[in-house]
Amino acid sequence: MMTRSFAIALTFACSVLGSALFAAAYAANWGPHLEGLGLFVSLAGLAAGTIGWALGAIAQEQVVDRRDDYPSDPAARAAAQAALERGIDELDRHGFLLKCLFGAFGALGLAALFPLRSLGPNFGTGLYKTKWRKGARLVLEDGTPVRVSDLAVGSMMTVFPDGYVGDASSQTVLLRLPPGTIQASEDRRTWTPHGYAAFSKVCTHAGCPVGLYLASKHELLCPCHQSVFDVVAQAKPISGPAARPLPQLPLEIADDGYLQAQSDYTEPIGPGFWQRS
Amino acid sequence: MRRLVLGLDDRLGIAPILQKALRKAFPDNWSFMFGEVALYCFLVLVATGVYLGFFFDASTAPATYRGSDVALHATPMSAAYASVVRLSLDTRAGLLLRQIHHWAALVFIAAIALHMSRVFFTGAFRRPRELNWIVGMTLLVLAMAAGFTGYSLPDDLLSGTGLRIAYSVLLSVPVVGGYLAFLFFGGIFPTAAAIGRLLFAHVFILPALIAGAVAIHLAIVWRQKHTQFRGPGRTEQNVVGSPLWPNYAMKSIGLGLAVAATLAGLGAFFQINPIWLYGPYRAYDVSAPAQPDWYIGWLEGALRLGPSWSIDVANHTIPAPFFAGILLPAAFFGLLYLWPFLERRATRDGEPHQLLDRPSDAPVRTGIGAAVLAFAVVLTLAGSDDVQAGILSIPVQSMVTGYRWLLVVLPIVAGLSAYRIACELRARRSISQPDARVEIVRTEAGGFDERPESIPGGRR
Repeated sequence: MMTRSFAIALTFACSVLGSALFAAAYAANWGPHLEGLGLFVSLAGLAAGTIGWALGAIAQEQVVDRRDDYPSDPAARAAAQAALERGIDELDRHGFLLKCLFGAFGALGLAALFPLRSLGPNFGTGLYKTKWRKGARLVLEDGTPVRVSDLAVGSMMTVFPDGYVGDASSQTVLLRLPPGTIQASEDRRTWTPHGYAAFSKVCTHAGCPVGLYLASKHELLCPCHQSVFDVVAQAKPISGPAARPLPQLPLEIADDGYLQAQSDYTEPIGPGFWQRS
Repeated sequence: MRRLVLGLDDRLGIAPILQKALRKAFPDNWSFMFGEVALYCFLVLVATGVYLGFFFDASTAPATYRGSDVALHATPMSAAYASVVRLSLDTRAGLLLRQIHHWAALVFIAAIALHMSRVFFTGAFRRPRELNWIVGMTLLVLAMAAGFTGYSLPDDLLSGTGLRIAYSVLLSVPVVGGYLAFLFFGGIFPTAAAIGRLLFAHVFILPALIAGAVAIHLAIVWRQKHTQFRGPGRTEQNVVGSPLWPNYAMKSIGLGLAVAATLAGLGAFFQINPIWLYGPYRAYDVSAPAQPDWYIGWLEGALRLGPSWSIDVANHTIPAPFFAGILLPAAFFGLLYLWPFLERRATRDGEPHQLLDRPSDAPVRTGIGAAVLAFAVVLTLAGSDDVQAGILSIPVQSMVTGYRWLLVVLPIVAGLSAYRIACELRARRSISQPDARVEIVRTEAGGFDERPESIPGGRR
């Protein structure tokens, strides 16, 4: 018995050393590992001592509780029910008042919902429009405008409308595709001058930036849920959970050789929502 | 101590309640510890979280960082991100406590999941404990919400991407999705309001709800008394165990300290969520591969495996994330919430049960539980299919196809296997050990008499 209590006392002593190490590591700025080691030893020593004491040095015994707390005996139940019904009957004598009370509470509850509206702005046009406008120059993250000679065939860049660098809804991938690969529908023939094609960078599935470009297969890949879009075929989804193509930005080349947008996107960008179409 | 008790009794008359409480029986079974582990994780979370709260700046305003990580000096970032980097790299004990906090959250939810599994597979949710099953389910949902809101606070690239997905999933709800997303986030993602709202939810609303639900959970357990496994002297009318004072109290305090020590060890030596490596959130940046905390993995997997449906109905759209991100978890949690009532209807067993089932006592329940667990495991694994595809050199598209099949096949196989094994175990047991055990005693007249086996070391 003496040795057992000695062992338990030893674990508590270890714990004190651990606490000391923690304090010293903090004071001397020894870094998270030694701070953590101190805290660990302090707590582990306490734990070992307490568990050792509970299992090894306390007389084990078993107690038996009876389960007779519930349900209550029939007389008590009947008495409670009677008390409840007495109150209900009393209130029911003025049943009209009771209805008024509930009605008034209901009205207050409904009225109290109104201020929730202030938590979000009006739906507005935010989900339908981006900052792209006719004539908006394509600029890089650092604000430099993109010239027609800037991109090599097979490369990709992230661009924004001039003046809105970093705008989440307007983020766009600009690609330069090999001549003759683009399969554009009749209405999009003029959107891809010199093999430049631009698509919304916001995935149509769950909104992650479609940031991975496989130039050899002309595929844009979303790293969040692995949707793949075929950029030569107007970015239609070819695998993964995305159901809609990435919206395409109509491009044109200004007289001074800089790339610019013909207009905003012609459909809402990003993940779908009820009022989308 | 004695004077304190007497003084309280003078004023409150607590002696009879105290006497009963101190001698309350707590059954000893290893599987009963998961709930306690969860409780102690919550205490560690509160203790470490209070400290972290003093250092966090819930602002998306631009900030500059001038601390010890020189690589980040030139990076534009939010004040929130800068404050967490400073806490991690330039505040003594800051990283340690942040890592302990994060590990505690991961273990908290794991312990809740294990505790729930224990309660499920032993039938402890049956009458009269349906109510506490519902409180427990609510605690699971609140814990996951608390975890996700906390994970999102540092405004780093990884958690920002997760928040972006959460916004899109909210947006996908038919009719009200747009309003929901705007009300929660305060506008189109990313918003300046989000981090402040997340902080308020994470440090006030959710912990207050969790603390309240824990109090109700424990009060119900206390009032109803514990369930127990079958054993000598254990009946539907009693509960056998260690007395609260001092035996069980010392054991439980020891367990709490062991949990705290484990979390301290994890926080000290196992790096978790190194946000200074991820970089600050920027809407047009993304990291690959991107993996959430483990308890969100099944939702991530569901979004990855989900069908690429965008359904147009009468000029309106139901987008793909609604099915995998809203309907599926709603069905999953709905099934779990309703399980006690579904089982009661199916088995027509509305009787109170104080003695626990072994999993093999209820093969159908065990089979269904195994199938649901298998379903959740497949979804969780699918949540990192791109990482596995990279390691195995298999195209990620093939992984998705494989996991879609596995999502159907594995639950069926797991469910049927568990059912068969449980049936087999039950059949063997009924031959080898009859349920009721009796003691044979010699009577004074020289004959023999039977009486129920007494409890070893027990007092009545």
